[in-house]
Amino acid sequence: MFLITCPYCGTRDQSEFSNAGEAHVARPEKPEDLSDEEWADFVFLRNNPKGLFAERWIHTAGCRRFFNMLRNTATDEILAVYKVGETPPRVSTAEPATPSGEAPIGSGNDAVKVERPEGGE
Amino acid sequence: MSTQPNRRASGGLIDRETTIGFRFDGRDFTGHPGDTLASALLANGEHMVARGFKYHRPRGIFGAGSEDPTALVQIGGDATRTDPNTRVTEQEIYQGLEARAQNVWPSLRYDVGAINDVFSTFLPAGFYYKTFMGPLGNWMTFEPFIRKAAGMGVAPDGPDPDRYETVNRHCDVLVIGAGPAGLMAAQAAAKSGARVILAEESAHVGGRLLSIDPDYTRIAGKTPANWASDIADDLADMDTVTVLTRTAAFGYYAQNFVGLWERVSDHLAPADRAANLPRQRVWRVRAKEVVLATGSVERPLVFHENDRPGIMLAGAARTFVHRYGVVPGRRVLVFANNDSAWEAAFDLQKAGATISGIIDLRRDIDGALLGKAAERGIGIHPGAAIVGTTGAQRVSGAQVRRMSGETGVEGAVTAIECDLLAVSGGWMPNVALFSQSRGKLAFDEDLAAFRPGQSWQNERSAGAAAAVFDLAGCLKTGAQAGADAAKKAGLTATAGRMPKIEGGERVQGTPRVLPEIPSGRPKHKVRAWIDLQDDVTTKDIKLALQEGYDSIEHAKRYTTTGMGTDQGKVANMNAFALVAGTLGKPVWQVGTTTYRQPWKPVTFGAIAGQHVGAHFHPRRTTPAHAWHAENGAVFEPVGDWLRARAYLRSGESFDEAVQRESRAAREHVAVLDASTLGKIDIRGKDARTFLNRVYTNAWSKLAPGKARYGLMLGEDGMVMDDGVTACIADDHFHMTTTTGGAASVLTHLEDYLQTEWTDLEVYLTTVTEQWSVASLSGPDSWRVVADLCEGIDPDPETFEFMRFAEATIDGVPVRVFRISFTGALAYEINIAADYGHWLWTRVIDAGRKYAIQPYGTEAMHLLRAEKGFIIVGQETDGTMTPGDLRMDWIVNDRKGDFIGKRSLLRSDTARSDRKQLVGLLTDDPALMLEEGAHIIATETEPAPPVPMLGHVTSSYISPNLGRSIALGVVKAGGSRIGERLWATRRDGAPIPVKVTETDFLKLRETGDV
Repeated sequence: MFLITCPYCGTRDQSEFSNAGEAHVARPEKPEDLSDEEWADFVFLRNNPKGLFAERWIHTAGCRRFFNMLRNTATDEILAVYKVGETPPRVSTAEPATPSGEAPIGSGNDAVKVERPEGGE
Repeated sequence: MSTQPNRRASGGLIDRETTIGFRFDGRDFTGHPGDTLASALLANGEHMVARGFKYHRPRGIFGAGSEDPTALVQIGGDATRTDPNTRVTEQEIYQGLEARAQNVWPSLRYDVGAINDVFSTFLPAGFYYKTFMGPLGNWMTFEPFIRKAAGMGVAPDGPDPDRYETVNRHCDVLVIGAGPAGLMAAQAAAKSGARVILAEESAHVGGRLLSIDPDYTRIAGKTPANWASDIADDLADMDTVTVLTRTAAFGYYAQNFVGLWERVSDHLAPADRAANLPRQRVWRVRAKEVVLATGSVERPLVFHENDRPGIMLAGAARTFVHRYGVVPGRRVLVFANNDSAWEAAFDLQKAGATISGIIDLRRDIDGALLGKAAERGIGIHPGAAIVGTTGAQRVSGAQVRRMSGETGVEGAVTAIECDLLAVSGGWMPNVALFSQSRGKLAFDEDLAAFRPGQSWQNERSAGAAAAVFDLAGCLKTGAQAGADAAKKAGLTATAGRMPKIEGGERVQGTPRVLPEIPSGRPKHKVRAWIDLQDDVTTKDIKLALQEGYDSIEHAKRYTTTGMGTDQGKVANMNAFALVAGTLGKPVWQVGTTTYRQPWKPVTFGAIAGQHVGAHFHPRRTTPAHAWHAENGAVFEPVGDWLRARAYLRSGESFDEAVQRESRAAREHVAVLDASTLGKIDIRGKDARTFLNRVYTNAWSKLAPGKARYGLMLGEDGMVMDDGVTACIADDHFHMTTTTGGAASVLTHLEDYLQTEWTDLEVYLTTVTEQWSVASLSGPDSWRVVADLCEGIDPDPETFEFMRFAEATIDGVPVRVFRISFTGALAYEINIAADYGHWLWTRVIDAGRKYAIQPYGTEAMHLLRAEKGFIIVGQETDGTMTPGDLRMDWIVNDRKGDFIGKRSLLRSDTARSDRKQLVGLLTDDPALMLEEGAHIIATETEPAPPVPMLGHVTSSYISPNLGRSIALGVVKAGGSRIGERLWATRRDGAPIPVKVTETDFLKLRETGDV
């Protein structure tokens, strides 16, 4: 259960919010100029990375405003929240090394549950 | 004087003045307030309380708290209240408590299932998978028998009569565990003014302090127990501190969200439980900072025949002596690999037991301990091991041999008699919650166990949980942790002065940890238990590794190690060590299984809290709900709402009522409560532009006073909602949505306004609850409106279809719409919701002379199907375009872009063979199709795979057409009008149907029905 800071209302429990998918996917200005493939890419395809992700949330049981969040999906760190239209702030977070890798701590996954002792292999 | 033979004359947190009677396994016993079921049974000399899960071997009391793996019983005889798998070490006794052994038949002592033990050779790890898969049998057949044979307790039956609650709390510092470290942490944090919650799993604060000799140790001049309770009392007196006992932290979640489970009333006899208190309570705590003072868990030793009742953790034996005033054995043998168990031996001797020896795996024992043992006349066996035990339902003796290296024994066998075998494999920091918080564990080579490493959340561990075992260290790290937590939470705090300790106690030193104690027996004859609850032996784990399950997570699942209700609290570390030892890998590389929430089983009742019954999914009701309820309404949930489905007259069936209501709505007049429809007030200078973009049709020219039906698509071109929107002014519209879609439509519209079309000046307000709506249908409906409303002439000749106007009823303003979902002449009267009930009764009164009837949602569905109108969610399923509904007329592709427009041109949505909405009429007018029935092109069902053309979406017996009607979606349906197809059914030949247009009323006019 996350604690989410709505940029309009302040910090609230996750149960007040709904996730609304990937952020910064603008609706094409002229849909009719797009090929079927290009249009389908907008309608159906979204990124779902393990690691840093910009996503939209809506304060459903609050101000009902949409806003954006930078979250590390591997560790569930909420790195920033910002209003629609604002440029995503710069953040730094431990990214998984490879598509199947792990962030060094925080994911709870097998590979990072136990510390590797110095010199341990 | 107590009749409990093993009760000490004094000592412990026991009130000997009061005697409590309870029943276990059909026999009566007595105990005292302060006792758990375990301590009371031990006071009465009872060790055997259960039988093993798989082999049904006798099982005793192994621990003294939540770590106990196997002493599980069923509490209570009442089928609705009985509590299975309750640890006797945690259940406090009360007058009349009834407990029964589980997994035994006919009784605990004579159990038929024990035959499994004889055949144990044939029940290795993975036995079930190997035996019951494949050609010889099938799992589905055997599973019920296996489940029964491997049963644990019996789940309660019937509605739970008890009350539970969940509460939310915020605090600066949450301290988990009220042992020496936790108490100091809470005190240091509380002194800073921080809001503190201190949660203690057991009934009393003090933790390990309650298990050490009070004659020997003093803290700040007080006995350890008194020092602890004084601190807790002082804390409880502070407004900013909440001290919770009988409260286990069961889950550590993201951002310091911690679940606490408080057993509020379980320790009281049902008659003594306060009516105003729940049985159990879940505290959902959001803490700025957490101190984990969760203590440590003692590790068992893995030796041959280590599972008999009377074999107990040495630390647990001390707890029974000091906390509960019970001597759990008369002739005690101690088997250890560390110093702390020696203290247990001395304590037990002081409490009156005879110590028949201390066997220690270590060859080099500290001189001071040797001296103390010699002073007390205790025989010692350094560098030796127990290689076997005797005793049927309680341990009666052990065989001891000298160790030879790490894996062998040598020399003569010494047999030693005992009735209690106290074992200790060292103490392991209790890191369960730390690991749940996603902190990283570090393997401590000295302890041969995990301790907290790098933290991830805002927490820190203190005391034994942080591998600090000595009393002074516990107090100090606790105080520091509390001060640190308070500082991080933004307060000014110091650790303060440490209380003076006199006496103190010896800690474990460096234990000699062996994954398995050698017995000198052939491998196949060794039965050394790792997990007492799941009956997993070293042999099972080795077999799993041999068969290739060499990841710890795989070995766990194959053998079920640590998968019982105790989640392997005492067992897991030995399993990890054995896997590491067998594979020749370091333990840190083998790693751990996942410490999952919950720390221990939590009842579903507590988790559900007050969200049961009517509170499970609260229903919204309309202002006229009471009238409906009083007039025979049968309700159905629609979205969050309860809507009247039909109004049954006495002696009338549901179907009869629907037929009657449907006729009334066409023949004279009937009224529907349509208040639940979603309503959105749209304002702003760009409102028309907005409507043009969110609906498929054009809104530029809709004049004030007029309304229009609209179809709303998702960006994928699929129909998501429909409804009528009225123009109140050029910059003001009133949109209606489906009842179930109201919330998602508003979010959908807000999404575009807030994130895509930020240049549009449009404001949306949900007004669903602001308006109450009576929808009148039938040829006389206009007369009712005329009689009722002032300021409007509803004559259908002049007040045209899709008009709306303001009017009043007794001076109360209303909006009257001439719109129809039934196809009959119809009006909707909207009124401020506070007048909803009043309006409804006024309509019924005014309509009486036209024989008005209320009609429900079922008749509404039927009536609209007669007209061929769709219901979003019934005719559509998220894959239907306007074209699929054959509603191309509503798509205006000249007006510019709208949501979903581009998708209608995609190759897939533009296909001509998509399923399309059609009418379906059976040859036999009395035969009604089943909704969902498949449509096929042949008279008989062909061999599978059957080519399916579509399915029936709506089906009714229409009283107005005097026959059955159905709507369905059929591939290229629009081009099949007039064709013969068949609808399948489960038991019988496919039903011939004719494909028709969807407006059955029109078909009747043209004579086609």
